[in-house]
Amino acid sequence: MLFKKPQVAFYPFMVLRDDYKCVRCKSCVDQCSFDATYYDEDLNMIMNHHENCVNCKRCEAFCPTDAIKVVKNPSTFHPDANWTPEAIRDIHVQMLTGAVILTSTGNDKPIKNYFDHLLLDACQVTNPPIDPLREPMELKTFIGRKTDQLQFDSDGVSIKTTIGKQLELEIPVLFSAMSYGSINLNLQKAMAIACREFGTYWNTGEGGLHKSLREFKDHTIVQVASGRFGVDLEYLETSAAIEIKIGQGAKPGIGGHLPGEKVNEGIAETRMIPVGSDAISPAPHHDIYSIEDLRQLIYALKEATNYEKPVFVKIAAVHNVAAIACGIAHAGADAIAIDGVRGGTGATPKSLRDHVGIPIEMAIAAVDDRLRKEGLRNEVSLIAAGGFRSAVDVLKAIALGADAVYIGTVAKLAAGCTQCQQCHTGRCAWGITTNNPKLAKRLNPDIVAENLYNLLRAWAHDIKELLGAMGINAIESIKGNRLRLRSWGLTEQENKILGVLPAGM
Amino acid sequence: MACGCYSEMAGCGLAGIVNRDGKKISGKFIYDSITAMKERGNGMGAGYAAYGIYPDLAEYYAFHVMLDDLDYESEVNAVLSKSFKIVKSEMIPTKEVPSLYKKTKPPYFYRYFLEPRDDARLPMESEEDLVVRTVMTINDKVKGAYVISSGKNMGAFKGVGHPDEIGDFFEIKEYEGYIWLAHTRFPTNTPGWWGGAHPFTLLDWAIVHNGEITSYGTNKRYVEMFGYRCTLLTDTEVAAYLFDLLFRKHRLPIRAVFMAMAAPFWKDIEHYKEVGLEKIYEMVKMIRTVYAPAMLNGPFAMLFAFKDGVIGFNDRIKLRPFVAAEKGDTVYMASEESAIRVICETPDRVWMPKAGEPVIALLNHCKEEDVCYPA
Ligand code: SF4
Ligand code: SF4
Repeated sequence: MLFKKPQVAFYPFMVLRDDYKCVRCKSCVDQCSFDATYYDEDLNMIMNHHENCVNCKRCEAFCPTDAIKVVKNPSTFHPDANWTPEAIRDIHVQMLTGAVILTSTGNDKPIKNYFDHLLLDACQVTNPPIDPLREPMELKTFIGRKTDQLQFDSDGVSIKTTIGKQLELEIPVLFSAMSYGSINLNLQKAMAIACREFGTYWNTGEGGLHKSLREFKDHTIVQVASGRFGVDLEYLETSAAIEIKIGQGAKPGIGGHLPGEKVNEGIAETRMIPVGSDAISPAPHHDIYSIEDLRQLIYALKEATNYEKPVFVKIAAVHNVAAIACGIAHAGADAIAIDGVRGGTGATPKSLRDHVGIPIEMAIAAVDDRLRKEGLRNEVSLIAAGGFRSAVDVLKAIALGADAVYIGTVAKLAAGCTQCQQCHTGRCAWGITTNNPKLAKRLNPDIVAENLYNLLRAWAHDIKELLGAMGINAIESIKGNRLRLRSWGLTEQENKILGVLPAGM
Repeated sequence: MACGCYSEMAGCGLAGIVNRDGKKISGKFIYDSITAMKERGNGMGAGYAAYGIYPDLAEYYAFHVMLDDLDYESEVNAVLSKSFKIVKSEMIPTKEVPSLYKKTKPPYFYRYFLEPRDDARLPMESEEDLVVRTVMTINDKVKGAYVISSGKNMGAFKGVGHPDEIGDFFEIKEYEGYIWLAHTRFPTNTPGWWGGAHPFTLLDWAIVHNGEITSYGTNKRYVEMFGYRCTLLTDTEVAAYLFDLLFRKHRLPIRAVFMAMAAPFWKDIEHYKEVGLEKIYEMVKMIRTVYAPAMLNGPFAMLFAFKDGVIGFNDRIKLRPFVAAEKGDTVYMASEESAIRVICETPDRVWMPKAGEPVIALLNHCKEEDVCYPA
């Protein structure tokens, strides 16, 4: 049998250090949370355990003399389109552990990104583009149950019709559910501050709401997932909206999982569980085995909160998503959040992350179409999630038919994440997806809040520029306006599903 | 044609006159007014709408039907007879205008005066719905026939030509009406189809439009949810259906309709609150929230007429020209002041309406705005 574990023998990354430049400051040793570097006193040299390196690049960022580069290991397996290094490594892991392979972040396989196959329109001659720096350009978006028709009183001013409570967004972008536990309080706080400043919402995820964040109530969406962690009346009331989490794009069909070793005192208190106990959400809600049960939970939450909170339902984009979304609308949800196959997570089995679900672009188009056909589109808002990378993706999603977009990975990136896919280990060197106090304090909530605010501001500018070029000065005029999209390189069938024309038509 | 292709693009000129006392105005005036703006069009489309032109048959629905061939008349007749008693039918008098024939062969025009049959209505269908259904049936199903207007005591006249050519063709100067609309077009492509000219009408209302609606896809999919079928692929058609939905079906107050279609900016809505107009603030905010997909974006000026008046309005940042004037009981609206001055040298008042703010010129009998409604 093997002399060394294959993982130790064949590793994907290497830490190259220029010994001439290295001043032995040991920053890299100190910063590396994966034990990939160490100091050898006898040799007075910094050495590596390459096999431990995850390419998080924390050491590169901290080396004062630019002595380090983390590179792909040039020694790899025989080129083989089937037996890729990843496929071989997965076998190596499973033959040793006998377990599913856990991973994190979003699907990293080259699943066609339809946003990259959609192009936006602009005005020329027959109608003027609008200059967003000189003219008003409106991104205000309302999320919540509306109605088809308003009825006025005889005075012509008072409106008899009432509609559900709305969330008012200054940009059609919200922060996606990331629980306390999967991420730490510092990032949650940073998101909460940025939302309050900018005028949008963050989502607690399924880990409850830490008491220090209650002051951000008006910008908080509280999640109720199958584990019901941290859920009590006060929690439900300390919110702008409530989200029932049925599923998530990175792991459709299974629940959240926080290992006991990550459950420290703060998390335990917030989740209302003992310190050190595993926080495992069941795959289903055990009170929801069918759509009528969902309706009961929606109304139970509404009753509990006096019909003052919009209730969202979040699902993963699975094959039959359009019909499911319609059922959710019928069940009384005020908004449906749909998380596509590229949706990220703090921990998931790799097989689910990479192989379950459908692209969010297709899901938006199908759901928007179906809701319209059923006359339900004005009754419910549609929030898209899963792999959104830029303001352009957001705008394309809205043109396809979404009301707003949830972003998660982007928030992590703005906090320093380098997408190393190690969130599930709890060792995030950037202090994001870890609750190890030494690591978590690497994330300064105030600085990250500013970064997140800047990011929202930049995206708002981007969207405004794009809208202006299209001769549109309010976001509602691009919503579902698929005529301002053209596709390239898609099949007729794909165009039909997306409801777009190919370029040139 | 199915919905889905690109909306048509066009530049245009428009004009409207209303006598608020209901006094008749000769077609000569509107003819001169729109012809003064001839260079805003390119001779590929012009039209007129007139109210009060059939006083003796005022209680009947007047259908103006365009026929590519006279043979199709019997089919139209058959569709109409299913739901209506045909009180009178005749060819619309036209004059030979040689220059028109260089562009297209003019179609034939018939008009029918119709009384709905009680037994024709479907369950829950109103008389107006029956008229709309019949119009859609003819337009959709009868090849070579197209209904260009269907209201009472009103009619549309339109075709491929300059406004003076079309005016001469239909002998517009011979008609007298208390409301007139006119339009001249500059389409970027050459449709060559008479039905594509403005005004666009349904029941007793008519619209003329200058502009390109950048929100077309949003608006189209919105009205489709309420059962409308966009067959003409023009911005104007979708605007027309929005009017029908908001005015006739939802019965919104007139001002609310325009607040939905040319919504005030949020900063202006906030301003209502700041100055203590809490109730108005709530109303406008609610309209904008619920009717967001009904907002028309992009450059436009539009005149909307119905039996009780004319309403003119502009896009939210006034990207197309729009002037209004009044003299005594007569209100004028046009793309250019010259089009008004040419028929009314010394108006009492001339003004440039603000972006998005409608000019509402209702007949004097409409003291309360909400008693006057488009059919
Ligand atoms: S951080 Fe750079 S300089 Fe410091 S020990 Fe590591 S490699 Fe050497
Ligand atoms: S959050 Fe941390 S562990 Fe997760 S991918 Fe980003 S850098 Fe890696």
